[in-house]
Amino acid sequence: MSATMEDIRDHGRGHHHDDVDRSGAPLVAMEDISIAFGGIHAVDHASIDLFPGEVVALLGHNGAGKSTLIKILSGAYKRDSGEIYVRGEKATIGNPRDAKAYGIETIYQTLALADNVDAAANLFLGREIMTAFGTLDDAAMEAEARKVMGRLNPNFRRFKEPVKALSGGQRQSVAIARAILFNAKILIMDEPTAALGPQETAQVADLIKELKKENIGIFLISHDIHDVFDLSDRVVVMKNGQVVGTAKTEDVTKDEVLGMIILGKCPAGATPGPGAMKE
Amino acid sequence: MSEATSNTSLTRPGPASRSGSGMKGFMRATEIDTRMLGMIGALLVIWIGFHILSGGTFLTPRNLWNLSVQTASVGVMATGMVLVIVTRNIDLSVGSILGVTGMIMAVAQTQYLTPMLGYDSGLVWLATLLVGLVCGLLIGSLQGFIIAYLGVPAFIVTLGGLLVWRGAAWWVASGRTIPLTDDNFKLLGGGSDGSIGATWSWILAAVAVALILLGAFTARRQRQRFNFAIKPMWAEAVTVGISVVAVVVATMIVNSYLLPGPLARRYAEARGIEVPEGGLDISFGYAVPVLLFIGVGIVMTFVARRTRFGRYVFAIGGNPEAADLAGINTKRVTLMVFALMGMLAAVAAAISTARLSSATNAQGTLDELYTIAAAVIGGTSLAGGAGTIAGAMLGALVMQSLQSGMVLLGMDTPLQNIVVGAVLVVAVWLDTIYRRRAA
Repeated sequence: MSATMEDIRDHGRGHHHDDVDRSGAPLVAMEDISIAFGGIHAVDHASIDLFPGEVVALLGHNGAGKSTLIKILSGAYKRDSGEIYVRGEKATIGNPRDAKAYGIETIYQTLALADNVDAAANLFLGREIMTAFGTLDDAAMEAEARKVMGRLNPNFRRFKEPVKALSGGQRQSVAIARAILFNAKILIMDEPTAALGPQETAQVADLIKELKKENIGIFLISHDIHDVFDLSDRVVVMKNGQVVGTAKTEDVTKDEVLGMIILGKCPAGATPGPGAMKE
Repeated sequence: MSEATSNTSLTRPGPASRSGSGMKGFMRATEIDTRMLGMIGALLVIWIGFHILSGGTFLTPRNLWNLSVQTASVGVMATGMVLVIVTRNIDLSVGSILGVTGMIMAVAQTQYLTPMLGYDSGLVWLATLLVGLVCGLLIGSLQGFIIAYLGVPAFIVTLGGLLVWRGAAWWVASGRTIPLTDDNFKLLGGGSDGSIGATWSWILAAVAVALILLGAFTARRQRQRFNFAIKPMWAEAVTVGISVVAVVVATMIVNSYLLPGPLARRYAEARGIEVPEGGLDISFGYAVPVLLFIGVGIVMTFVARRTRFGRYVFAIGGNPEAADLAGINTKRVTLMVFALMGMLAAVAAAISTARLSSATNAQGTLDELYTIAAAVIGGTSLAGGAGTIAGAMLGALVMQSLQSGMVLLGMDTPLQNIVVGAVLVVAVWLDTIYRRRAA
């Protein structure tokens, strides 16, 4: 078991060295993205990028536009303007299926599970394993589900029950298992620890470190800076749909990031975005 | 079976989690659905109750055979209604679709297909059925398109459809009753000709038993392949045994319904059989519409449980947003559900038109309500996401048993309606209690 979140937190600034290689093309780059709902600019000319093996925390208040921005990447929303590049190439993402084809997997805040079917059916929803006769191969899917769940949550046994019968943590592990089952290259985690207890939260933290080693890029979304500060290589702060600033996590303190979230004040260690408070 | 598995994460529930005391352990081991068991219990209560009240006329081969034929039309539609309701929709138009497709089939047969293919052609029935299925499919697809792609609620679209297709049924033949011309087509409705006789009934029963055994065997082997926990052998024997006994008993019942004297004589003359002393014993056997009903039930169960489409239908019912985010084309699935419903209404139309030997303007009136009631009594949740085809089929049988029983008792039609309505409400109330307990 690695250090708990609490241990890491005490180190404050510069908790770990930034060892991400940013020389090549970013894994994903969202440039100048805007989307409006009925006159409200939910995302306003926002640009973010993510490199292989990097964890980028996307922070901001509720309603700052983080979830909306990320839902554009996962194909749930269609942007009004802007471009998305995957490994340097322009990507066309019009629906969730497109995003998955690019290796972009999402763990939604709501988990987005079909409550009335079992864990295996949820893991493979939209990507079922079929038999040679074109029918669902439930046994094969259950076997795969047992493998991946064994890795995430070894005590999980309830493969035959609809997921509504599961606990919050178990449901969360089903949602996470679904995202990592299909060799994701880019992982979006929207408030991944919101429903979890301390032990499960530590498990998720371990998982993130492991996925990082596999060179997967992760967007970590949270409205709570403590949740993600110690796991991230960079932080991006949003406010009112705009990016306030981007910084390497080792170059800023929690207080400075809080200032970005609350006031939109960009510290010296960060690169200001269009949403930064004007001096 | 061996405990060995190299992969430690493939843990199996040990014997402790499987066992349990008494009834609970028995139910768990055999994996019998308690709700289904409750419905079968209710059905038996209804049957025995009517049998006693009617002075012993309900549980006779003749009445049970008739009951099976009468259940077929609404039962076929109920299997489709399950999928409609599971996706959180409703279809109020099925009775009217039945009316209009029945009328179209009758007109197509008498005015076009019979003259075109010849009076004796064996193709007329098939062509008629195809015309009906295509019409049902088109009507269902149109409604499904409006619901899924134009975003009009299913309740409204099918409420409109209820009026539109009933009006269209009148329009097809200006309100006339159209008698069918093709005798082969009439077999779809049952009757003495539209039954398969004792021998074929036993052959079918044997096939059914073989399939039950094969199904149980392959399911077992499939689970063994992945080292999953499997049912204890005795539990397997109990469930398979019950199914086999049910098939055999049903076959014995339909085979013990004998053709009445004059019909039997005519049957013998037509086939050049000599009538022995003491008359002929010729069994009805399973009626064609009942076989069609069972066939539809098997196909629909397969669709619901073993295909991608079926999986998506249930996922949409459980969480439409999640289904969308999983990359499922929810609009197309919704359209397909209504298209399928339209086609099943056409199958039901073929059965009821053939049974009446003619298409009438009022055919299928109120059938939408019986169909929905059958699905809901059969355990389909109006909140979406839950329901079984077999349950709906049983639900249709329960509804029809009530109606037939009351007719047998000579109850007035208004009183029958009152009872059916009250039973529906009580059944759903009981189901609500069951669900709350199960949750």
